[in-house]
Amino acid sequence: MFDILMILSLVILTCAVLLNIFRVVKGPSSADRVQALDSIGINLIAGIAIFSVYMNTHAFFELILLIGILSFIGTIAFARFIERGVVIERKR
Amino acid sequence: MSFLHFTILLPFIAAIVVPFIYRSFNHKIHTGWFVVLVPVFIFINLLLQIPSISNGENILISMPWIPSLEINFDIYMDGLALMFGLIISGIGALVVIYSIFYMDKNREALHNFYIYLLLFMGAMLGLVSSDNVFVLYTLWELTSVSSFLLIAYWYERKKSREGALKAMIITVFGGLAMLAGLILLVMITDTYSLREMIANVDLIQESALFIPALLLILLGAFTKSAQFPFSIWLPDAMEAPTPVSAYLHSATMVKAGIYLVARMTPIFGGSATWFWLVVGIGVITLFYGSVRAIRQTDLKALLAFSTISQLGLIMSLLGVGSAAFYFNPGESQQLYAFALFAAIFHLFNHSTFKGALFMVVGIIDHETGTRDIRRLGGLLSIMPITFTIALIGSLSMAGLPPFNGFLSKEMFFTGMLQASEVDMFSLEWLANGCPILAWIASIFTFIYCMILLVRPFLGTFKPDRLPKEKVHEAPIGMLIPPIILGSLVVLIFFFPNILGQYILNPAIASIVPDLEKPFKITAWHGFGPELYMTIGVIVLGLLLFVSIKKWNIAFRVLPENLNLNYLYSSSLENMEKRSVSFTNRYMTGSIRHYLIYIFVFVFSVLALALITLNAIDFDFSNYAYVTIYDVGILLAMIVAALTTLFTRNRITAIVSLGAVGYLVVMLFVIFRAPDLALTQMVVETATTALFLLCFYHLPKLGKKVEKVKFKLTNLIVSILVGVTVTILTLVATGHKLFTPITEFFENAYELAGAKNIVNAILVDFRGFDTMLEIAVLFIAGIGVYTLIKLRSKGSDTDEAETE
Repeated sequence: MFDILMILSLVILTCAVLLNIFRVVKGPSSADRVQALDSIGINLIAGIAIFSVYMNTHAFFELILLIGILSFIGTIAFARFIERGVVIERKR
Repeated sequence: MSFLHFTILLPFIAAIVVPFIYRSFNHKIHTGWFVVLVPVFIFINLLLQIPSISNGENILISMPWIPSLEINFDIYMDGLALMFGLIISGIGALVVIYSIFYMDKNREALHNFYIYLLLFMGAMLGLVSSDNVFVLYTLWELTSVSSFLLIAYWYERKKSREGALKAMIITVFGGLAMLAGLILLVMITDTYSLREMIANVDLIQESALFIPALLLILLGAFTKSAQFPFSIWLPDAMEAPTPVSAYLHSATMVKAGIYLVARMTPIFGGSATWFWLVVGIGVITLFYGSVRAIRQTDLKALLAFSTISQLGLIMSLLGVGSAAFYFNPGESQQLYAFALFAAIFHLFNHSTFKGALFMVVGIIDHETGTRDIRRLGGLLSIMPITFTIALIGSLSMAGLPPFNGFLSKEMFFTGMLQASEVDMFSLEWLANGCPILAWIASIFTFIYCMILLVRPFLGTFKPDRLPKEKVHEAPIGMLIPPIILGSLVVLIFFFPNILGQYILNPAIASIVPDLEKPFKITAWHGFGPELYMTIGVIVLGLLLFVSIKKWNIAFRVLPENLNLNYLYSSSLENMEKRSVSFTNRYMTGSIRHYLIYIFVFVFSVLALALITLNAIDFDFSNYAYVTIYDVGILLAMIVAALTTLFTRNRITAIVSLGAVGYLVVMLFVIFRAPDLALTQMVVETATTALFLLCFYHLPKLGKKVEKVKFKLTNLIVSILVGVTVTILTLVATGHKLFTPITEFFENAYELAGAKNIVNAILVDFRGFDTMLEIAVLFIAGIGVYTLIKLRSKGSDTDEAETE
């Protein structure tokens, strides 16, 4: 019963990722795509968490944290890029 | 090291000392005066060997060189080696004396000259006295190298360099062939000693490698001795200083091939291949050289072609003489061995008169400034001594009495007539052709000897056409060596049997040991066919010489391209062109092509190995079950990969490549590899960021988005590689040949105190790899830093120029 619940939630997450991918491909502006990628990252976090529960291990918790950090940094970098044209500004 | 070894190696030792002598004494005394002591010393020492060797006591002394390989400098001094040694050191001494007066001590680089000459002399002496075939080969090549150096002595001249290069290419080509032949002989007999090879002659003659060894060794001998068609290097070698031409290219080096054939005759003699090859090539060379000699206008070129022709004569006699080994000791063996005797005798005679003639030509060149017979004439009254020597030399070469050439020419006719009577190797028509061809060649020989004698010395003196103003007789020092050689020519005619008894017969005995009785040379042996042939040569030769202007035009009808030189240079040119165009055809400079070669090679090797080893054998019994997650991630990866391939947009390609990377992270997750997943995640992010950076900095022109062009070859190659690797992986994972060693690493906690096996392997069990990978990252970081820093410094000017 519990297993079925887990798998069901994984399937739902997969559907969410697919819909996000649709936005990445279609998205009229860059900002749409960045948003979609960010939410894919969050979906991945959820997916890995459920997977860890399903496999009964806590070896992947670091990975969850890492994805969180990376998707945050990536989104910030893109935001800066869209806003200012460069990611890292040089001190003049 | 025995005294004999010291004698033979003395030239090498002297060659080391020469530059020091040159530096300290040359401004007072000509360096040649010191050098001449070396050949004189050797000559005297070899003369002292005559009594024992003519009694049949051959000397064998060994000196270890590479004992573990049984390559030792073994000296075997028998009659043949002694005769060659005497020629080399004797004429060597005369040539050095001659060169003292020929080479100016202030203008010429004498230290170079004498070092090369001494190197050559030592190599040649060692070559003829060595018993070990590999030492023989080493010194054989050393003669080629020192000859190369000597021909190009005046290296500022283009012709010298070209002549040296040609001689080098041809003789080294032959030398390498000879090495192969010698190795074959070693393989058959399992010994490096020439004497033991001769003792095991039955073994060689029964072997399947007999013919290849024979051909290869003959190739070496023919190239060195300028036999047809390898004779082309000799006329071009005449760019060397005249003492060199006299020494190397008439008396010694070109006879190394003759020596080799004589040495090998006991091994190969008696076979039809050897007989016909040596006789046939010898006669052709004799004919070709004598006909070509007539056309020459340069005296040295004339002498070069005459040398070729005379070497052909000696070679053909050696061929006829090899028939002696077909018979058992007795009357017919004696008969054919006589041809060998004639060959050896003519070899000796040729060294004397050809050396003298070259020196004469050198004197003419030295005193008048030219060697062109069209400008020379009437030197008889100005240079009487030189003329006398030229007279002796050229009449001896033509085969007239009372000179030694007459004796050997008569013996040559005898030998050739015997060749026509050979009934053992069938081919009668060829056998009958030999004496006729030889006789015609002798007529031509007579004609060019007359040209050599008449054109420079008789006729009218034309001082206005000569480069030098005051023409006079040469200094006495320059005349002494040719006078000695000329008087030898006459002396040998009157007392041939002293030479025969002490030098020639021991030489023959070292080729044919079981002769019945030694040979005697007689100047007069009745009204035989030989005498009529000689008379015919003289009469016809005189007639043709008088009418030379009438029939010489006939040569002009022959096209100029129909000569061996043209063939040689055009084939060299063609080879260069072909190889350049071949290289250009596959070295296109396009990385795509090179990648295709690499991939095709890899996949064909793998596929071939799989097929030939019959290894395509799938075994799925050990495989795990496939879960729904595996299939899902795999499908997503395939979609991402195909998107990368077929997208029109570069940024899509980058993003889908990133997607592949993140899907791999998911794979690592479900295959339970948390550390890998972590690393892969970070690395993939960094890589994608770098790709985006690269994309952003593409030049404006390149940013035009294009679809990847379709190429059928690419598709085929990529599919083939993919299929091959897939099959290979499937095959390899299906067969575990032995149990994996993972069990050992499961002890990580007891052995290393670590609960994480992956990290324990990385830093403990296999920490060495990790260290080096850290080094790789370090190098990459420094590399990136330097690339950016150095570029930004230097690029200011570069970019300004290009833009």
